Amino acid sequence: MLIAPSRFRLGDVIEESVAGLLQRPMRSALTMLGTMLGVGSFVAVLGLTATAGGQIDKRFTELAATEVTVADVGVAGANDPTMSFPANAASRVESINGVVHGGRWWPVPLDHPAVSSAPGISSHGGELQILAMDPSTVEAARPVLRLGRTFDTFHADRHEKVAVLGSVAASNLGIYRLDGNPAVFIDGTPFTVIGIIDDTGRMPDMLFGVIIPASTAYDLYGPPTEQRAQMLLETRLGAASVVADQVSLALRPDAPDLFKVTAAPDPKALRSKIGGDLDVLFLTLASISLIIGAIGIANTTLVAVLERTHEIGLRRALGARPRHIAAQFLTESTVLGLLGGMIGAAAGITVVVIAALVQGWTPLLQTWAVAPAPVAGALIGLLAGVYPAQRAARIEPVEALRR
Amino acid sequence: MDSVITLAGVGLTYPGPPPVSALRDVDLDVRQGDYLAVVGPSGSGKSTFLNVVGLLDRPTHGTYLLDGVDVSTLSERDRTALRGQRIGFVFQAFHLMPYRTATENVALATLYAGVPKKVRISTAHEALARVGLAHRAHALTNMLSGGERQRVAIARAILHRPSLLLCDEPTGNLDSDNAASVLTLLDQLHRDGMTLMVITHDSTVASRAKRLVTIRDGALC
Repeated sequence: MLIAPSRFRLGDVIEESVAGLLQRPMRSALTMLGTMLGVGSFVAVLGLTATAGGQIDKRFTELAATEVTVADVGVAGANDPTMSFPANAASRVESINGVVHGGRWWPVPLDHPAVSSAPGISSHGGELQILAMDPSTVEAARPVLRLGRTFDTFHADRHEKVAVLGSVAASNLGIYRLDGNPAVFIDGTPFTVIGIIDDTGRMPDMLFGVIIPASTAYDLYGPPTEQRAQMLLETRLGAASVVADQVSLALRPDAPDLFKVTAAPDPKALRSKIGGDLDVLFLTLASISLIIGAIGIANTTLVAVLERTHEIGLRRALGARPRHIAAQFLTESTVLGLLGGMIGAAAGITVVVIAALVQGWTPLLQTWAVAPAPVAGALIGLLAGVYPAQRAARIEPVEALRR
Repeated sequence: MDSVITLAGVGLTYPGPPPVSALRDVDLDVRQGDYLAVVGPSGSGKSTFLNVVGLLDRPTHGTYLLDGVDVSTLSERDRTALRGQRIGFVFQAFHLMPYRTATENVALATLYAGVPKKVRISTAHEALARVGLAHRAHALTNMLSGGERQRVAIARAILHRPSLLLCDEPTGNLDSDNAASVLTLLDQLHRDGMTLMVITHDSTVASRAKRLVTIRDGALC
């Protein structure tokens, strides 16, 4: 005679498991907590990192990525009064492939200079800075002119006494028009104002300054003293780090150590650096939380197995095979993990969105960080259920049904 | 009439040391429609006998035919399937699942036969009607009285029309009124042609049966 073997339909397995979990809803909820926290922290950490990274990307404009600065550090230790940059520094760096503009600048070494728009008036507006710049430095700063023009190599070569004013300096000095050929007087020396800058892409300090050609400043006031000279270079996009490697040698093949070159940091490197430090910590904590969650599920499922010995015996009497019993408890723990993972992922997403909202950022979540979260939870539940399920399957119906 | 179960020289010895003969040399023939009571004091081997007949335990010697199938040689898988399909269990402790309705509990009987849920639910309603609990079909079992619980358990045991209804002290946890109603129900099932075996130490339960077998020290007499 053929005996139809016992079976346990998939739909029935799930239904029986869910019913088993609903017998003790509070306990099931608490059991999920560990997995929820673990999965939630994972999603939140990955989401927050992505969000912060996205924010960096946004702020990291082309302008910042194409900037290289060179500082004149001079001879280490010594109070070196000479300027390390050669007079033709600008043409030297501009010969490097990838450099668009580049030149020297320094604050003119004058102690409280009297700056005014007419001779005899002592000073206007107090703290106006006088900046010495190569014409190419002004270009590299990406000025937006309100009036007139900036000085060029002609002015520089002839050591002309011309000046370009920043918008704040201009209004402090009361200069709004150029048609009368206005001049500024620095300690009595007149400089013809040829342009007024409205805004700059780089070096916003220029808006507060009176900018004169570097060659003229060197003639009149000598090399910089307290604050040493620097160079500002604009490069083509992506060329910054390559240019930075060559600048020192191009400037002074005899003494490249006199300079400290700073290129804009690579945005990718910057982002991974920001991610790196905190991520490791939080992801470790999240992993620990996941392990605790797994242990919690294993523990609760084991307790449930022991508590429901009678039920297991009954099911065996009704024709359930050991594997059917195992399947039921495995499914229960997997469903617990799955629910924990789903709720955790939702909580993690909420945290990311709220954090982004508070900061005024755009929340960013990678699909690969969120989508597998419920699966990960289910997997944890499945693993946690293996031992309790084995125990349940080994229970003998004779023992289980004993009164 | 056909034999439902036939035991020939069935015995069960637990391997020692020292070996214990829980059941020895049992010969029994139960025919379709029989109402048999197995009585004996505690420790007489009643439980072992029930476990062997209910395919929960395997005899160490002798042959056991259930519906003509020699079950002593079957694999564990086949014994499990046969147990689910041919035997209905009624326990002293009811063994109902709490927090689930009477219908759900009864419908469990054919879960492992792979019967679709809709069919299980509708047959469960029929079985509950048969034990007079149609009005309690949707009640949670922990809300039922003892007598009602045992009747739900009986409904579960008869749902799949088993060859043998095996009752282990069916009134052991009930007061006399509820016990009487359960016994009346068993009588009624007997009249409908069900084959019943009741294992008990209670003489009032045993007196309802048409056949009486006494078990003592693991042997029938």
